[in-house]
Amino acid sequence: MDNQTTWQKIWAWIDYRGRREGGIGFILMRLTAIGLVVYLLLHLTMLTNLARGPEAWDGFIHLVEHPFFILADAVLIFGLLYHAINGIRVGILGLGWGSRLQAPLFWGAFALTVILTVAAVAAIVSIG
Amino acid sequence: MRTLKLRILRGSPTLGRQYQTFTVTLPDEANIIDGVEQIFGHQDHSLMFRHACHHASCGLCGARVNGRERLMCITPVSEFPDGATVTLEPLRNFPWVGDLAVDVKPLLQKMDMVGLPYSREDELADSPEPGNRFEDCIECGLCMSACPVVGSSTKYLGPAPLAGLARLIQEPREVDFSKACALGKSPHGVWRCHSAMECTEVCPSDVDPSQAIGWLRRFYTFKKK
Repeated sequence: MDNQTTWQKIWAWIDYRGRREGGIGFILMRLTAIGLVVYLLLHLTMLTNLARGPEAWDGFIHLVEHPFFILADAVLIFGLLYHAINGIRVGILGLGWGSRLQAPLFWGAFALTVILTVAAVAAIVSIG
Repeated sequence: MRTLKLRILRGSPTLGRQYQTFTVTLPDEANIIDGVEQIFGHQDHSLMFRHACHHASCGLCGARVNGRERLMCITPVSEFPDGATVTLEPLRNFPWVGDLAVDVKPLLQKMDMVGLPYSREDELADSPEPGNRFEDCIECGLCMSACPVVGSSTKYLGPAPLAGLARLIQEPREVDFSKACALGKSPHGVWRCHSAMECTEVCPSDVDPSQAIGWLRRFYTFKKK
């Protein structure tokens, strides 16, 4: 316990065994946070194509028109929405309000995330 | 009567770890601790586990039952179907002594650090040292085991000590809580909690540590200077 390795500490954060809504919500919050940071880095990297001229940018745009990126967009939107909506839940609970309602609040946040993700993907596909 | 297969994590930090399965037959009204005691009494006298009161008062028999932090003395076998396999493991986030036993000293040290002045009323008459236990909390350590932040940092005070601190501030009874109060708002105090809420979910004594941590945050944020 006193000599935990970094991997043991990371595992403690994502140890899903025996977790209920609050713990699962916590793990999802960590994973979506890492996902959003990775996306931000990718986004900035891709934007550097603008500096490489129109051909590089057009090539990149052609690449992301592949249907796979619709799926990637769905994952991104889910992560973004979950992190934001559950963040409000965590903010309320973190001030000591509604601790007995944390499980229904989690499912509410999760359901709202799914509904908004589906709506967003439908909008993207219809524009497509 | 029902028969259960108790799959118990055996070993110690020096001997390594492996699961061993024991078959026990128990009355329907028995609890998991009865099965563990049956193994200790009739099958393997080397089994290490902690227990005393058998009624959720001493807080010693905390373990993970099918992954979940529970007191074995109030986990009824009737929760499990006849013939089921039930996995028993020691608590997380404590030094492992062996088999189902962990060393809860880190929790007791942190409880000490926040200087708890309370006893439950029924203990005052007999206790050689009245004032050594925070009201409803039985110091079982389930919340410390379930908290993912305790698992990632040994310095974090953790749910039970912070709940005790909240109670101390709410009703100081002429105790100087300034030192404990400073500890609570240190980097390893209330602001380190990420509201995973597992502490409140597993607490067998209805202490609701997550609510208490939230109260402390409001106290630190809005109290008059």
